[in-house]
Amino acid sequence: MGLLSDPNRRRALISLLTRLNTPICLVCYMAGVAWFMGLAFEPFTLRTYMSENAMGSTMVEERFPAGERALATGREFAAHKKKVGGMPVDWLVKTMQARGLEVFTQSFSRTLPFPDENKERYMVKGTNVYGILRAPRAPRTEALVLSAPCSPGDNNQAVGLLLGLAQYFRNQIYWAKDIIFLVNEHDLIGMQAWLEGYHHTNTTGMDWSPLQGRGGSIQAALSLELSSDVITSLDLVLEGLNGQLPNLDLANLFYAFCQKIGVLCTIQGKLQRNDWDSVSGYSHAVQTMMLMVMKQASGRPWGDHGLFLRYHIEAATIKGINSFRQYKTDATTIGRLLEGMYRKLNNLLERLHQSYFFYLMPSLSHFVSIGYYMPAFGLLTVILLLRALDLWVQLATPPTRTEDGVADIEQSSPGVLSVLTPLVISHLTGVALYTLPIRFQEMAVEHFPVSETEAVVLTAIAVYTAGLALPHNTHRFLSGEGTEQGWRVLKLVAVLYLAVLLGCTALINFSLGFILALTLVPVAAFVTPHIPKVLSAFILVILSPACTLLFSVFFFQELQEMPVSFQDGWLLYLSVISQGILDHFLYGSLVYPLIALLVYPCWLLFWNILFWK
Amino acid sequence: MLALCASQLTAILDMNLLAFSSRNYIKHDNAGQFFSSGHTNNWAVLVCTSRFWFNYRHVANTLSVYRSVKRLGIPDSHIVLMLADDMACNHRNPKPATVFSHKNMELNVYGDDVEVDYRGYEVTVENFLRVLTGRLPPSTPRSKRLLSDDRSNILIYLTGHGGNGFLKFQDSEEISNVELADAFEQMWQKRRYNELLFIIDTCQGASMYERFYSPNLMALASSQVGEDSLSHQPDLAIGVHLMDRYTFYLLEFLEDIHPASKTNMNDLFKVCPKSQCVSTPGHRTDLFLRDPGSVLITDFFGSVRKVEITMETINLTDPINSFR
Repeated sequence: MGLLSDPNRRRALISLLTRLNTPICLVCYMAGVAWFMGLAFEPFTLRTYMSENAMGSTMVEERFPAGERALATGREFAAHKKKVGGMPVDWLVKTMQARGLEVFTQSFSRTLPFPDENKERYMVKGTNVYGILRAPRAPRTEALVLSAPCSPGDNNQAVGLLLGLAQYFRNQIYWAKDIIFLVNEHDLIGMQAWLEGYHHTNTTGMDWSPLQGRGGSIQAALSLELSSDVITSLDLVLEGLNGQLPNLDLANLFYAFCQKIGVLCTIQGKLQRNDWDSVSGYSHAVQTMMLMVMKQASGRPWGDHGLFLRYHIEAATIKGINSFRQYKTDATTIGRLLEGMYRKLNNLLERLHQSYFFYLMPSLSHFVSIGYYMPAFGLLTVILLLRALDLWVQLATPPTRTEDGVADIEQSSPGVLSVLTPLVISHLTGVALYTLPIRFQEMAVEHFPVSETEAVVLTAIAVYTAGLALPHNTHRFLSGEGTEQGWRVLKLVAVLYLAVLLGCTALINFSLGFILALTLVPVAAFVTPHIPKVLSAFILVILSPACTLLFSVFFFQELQEMPVSFQDGWLLYLSVISQGILDHFLYGSLVYPLIALLVYPCWLLFWNILFWK
Repeated sequence: MLALCASQLTAILDMNLLAFSSRNYIKHDNAGQFFSSGHTNNWAVLVCTSRFWFNYRHVANTLSVYRSVKRLGIPDSHIVLMLADDMACNHRNPKPATVFSHKNMELNVYGDDVEVDYRGYEVTVENFLRVLTGRLPPSTPRSKRLLSDDRSNILIYLTGHGGNGFLKFQDSEEISNVELADAFEQMWQKRRYNELLFIIDTCQGASMYERFYSPNLMALASSQVGEDSLSHQPDLAIGVHLMDRYTFYLLEFLEDIHPASKTNMNDLFKVCPKSQCVSTPGHRTDLFLRDPGSVLITDFFGSVRKVEITMETINLTDPINSFR
């Protein structure tokens, strides 16, 4: 007979499962963590290579000559910016027109749900200026974008270089796609307005004037951030909205040109090292990978490029960094690097799709693809499934001994209500966490001496903490309170719910799913009403999403080699929460609703189970 | 009228006399060579099977052979040129209307008198096989037909991306070596060629001539099975590889040939040794009836007009006399 249909073998298998459940769970957890840490070990990674044939091995000789003139244009831009006190729209329009581009502007305005620290006002208004270089002989079906954000007091050299490249590109006849040179105001808000206008979508409730001029469908985009005349290294930023990453070929292209031109290139601000077999080399790779994981998990776009990815446009941000190093690169070299990259992108016949969309990079020349990193997450999810099986077995077998006769008689499975009630109440708390902070910010500002941002964040934390008091109150409404069967059923439902939730999250944003799994899976696996209450309550709070975020903030600062004190860390934590809420309303980031509406209620269910009696 | 006919008559008689006398003056081995190949006309079918800008070199390969073949005398009416994509007018070409085969743009093989017979999406496996076998719809113009007969020597040159036993057309279909061998057999049975020289410049090109079984076929390939044919040199201004190595050295070899050259096939087999080509070029001569050493390059690459001497006397009878 088959393994599962033979009752003897089945019983043996089940008893094996229940006996060894805890050891297997522990082994799986440690294996998952070890697998994840092993991803940064160089022999387990692959070297990056160019997958797209159209951007193949041949290189062009770059001839961009006008770096100094570009810097002069940047200084002019800075002067006009200071004079106008914002974005010098007229000067930009005139300059772009002088370079032979078709220039258009777009004005936009957005009412923020609450003013954040940067803007400090409810209404944000601005103008984007963009010029289109039409391909001399090609039909206007495809386009490439080069953008530079107009930040107050910064990024002038990037705009200067953008205008210099526009002039140089205009004189060439080999462009097969239109090139759009975009200068956006208010960073991400302006970029969102432009993208929505370009694609005729309105997903975030912004007000913008329609775009008068368009290129074709955008194949790739690069955003420039350059704040000094000479740089020592170029940093590539890949992480976008909701943890989406551009196609790996874009990073490969950047790396190929860095090597060809001889510019020092970094990712996450960290240089490459060759000593992978030493401890410090390995920890360097781990730090780089963990930085990427942290950034991806936060779900916010880490550069203006992050908003392009949603429209299936591969985009990356290139930042120029000036640190204390001997060898400096001038603007002409950066211009040549960009020229080379754009000529390669010009050769594209289809969108970048040959290389990976899901990957982690422990260094700029090595990557780990989804097939290699998913097993780490899978091992963690297996724990949940094993626990669920264990609970199912326990529920199926009647209890051999009882605590008292009353409990023995009440063997009938607890009513649906006893499971449904905690679920509904937890989710209502989640909804409260999602809606109350924004809704009651005015009331909070009236009653307490805090700014709107702080009001929102503190309301969120208050609702979160109030949710912890729930188990003691909901018990009064439950009928099946206190039964062994009751909490087992609830835990089974909660464990499966968590497994599905984490699985779906990891598919879209692996880093977020993995970090949540690291903290929530132990919670889910070991919580029962019988473990010591105070200690486990403390551990449960430590492993809750809010504390995970707090520790992540400190950890992130450590990784960037800028450790913060507890005070600064706490303030940073508050600003992270407010930024997360703002990102959700401005750009549609899903981290805040995910945590508030799904993860937090799930965690509350476990909290409920802990206090079941 | 009579004078006209008389002058025609004398012209014919003169020619016969000249033939007689010139025959006596030709040295003996030249005479043997003069009549050693049985062909009276030359055709060329030159095919580039790949499209896209980064396959520039395949178009440059085909145009280089086209240029040599035209220079050595085969006219456009006897060349069927199939190019799967237009590189000269590609939007990415920084030198529009040119296709270069040497770096520093020494040699523009596109020239100003290129006649492409099958272009763009017309280059398909079906069209290629129809051209070879002659099974074309009646509306096909003459320039798209291979109007060869049993005294034609045909040069067939293929280039593109290939593998073990197949050649890729247009990124969407393939022709296998079995299909090609069967097409040649059809040509033999329909007496569409006298002798056929098949040259292929792709990866694993030797696999394409493995299956030939018709007589009078000679084949050359740029690489053996399991080897890749490599490209020659990139041009840093245009940004693509301009030629494949085998065809580059083939072109260099052919530039030294002129219509009266006596270079034979054994020299062609030596073109592009492994030291230059990195891959090992191969050839196949077992189906060919003549010794390759006696086959001139111009038998296939050039168009040497041959005159057939007839010993018969033709009596011009009444129908001509009645034209008064």
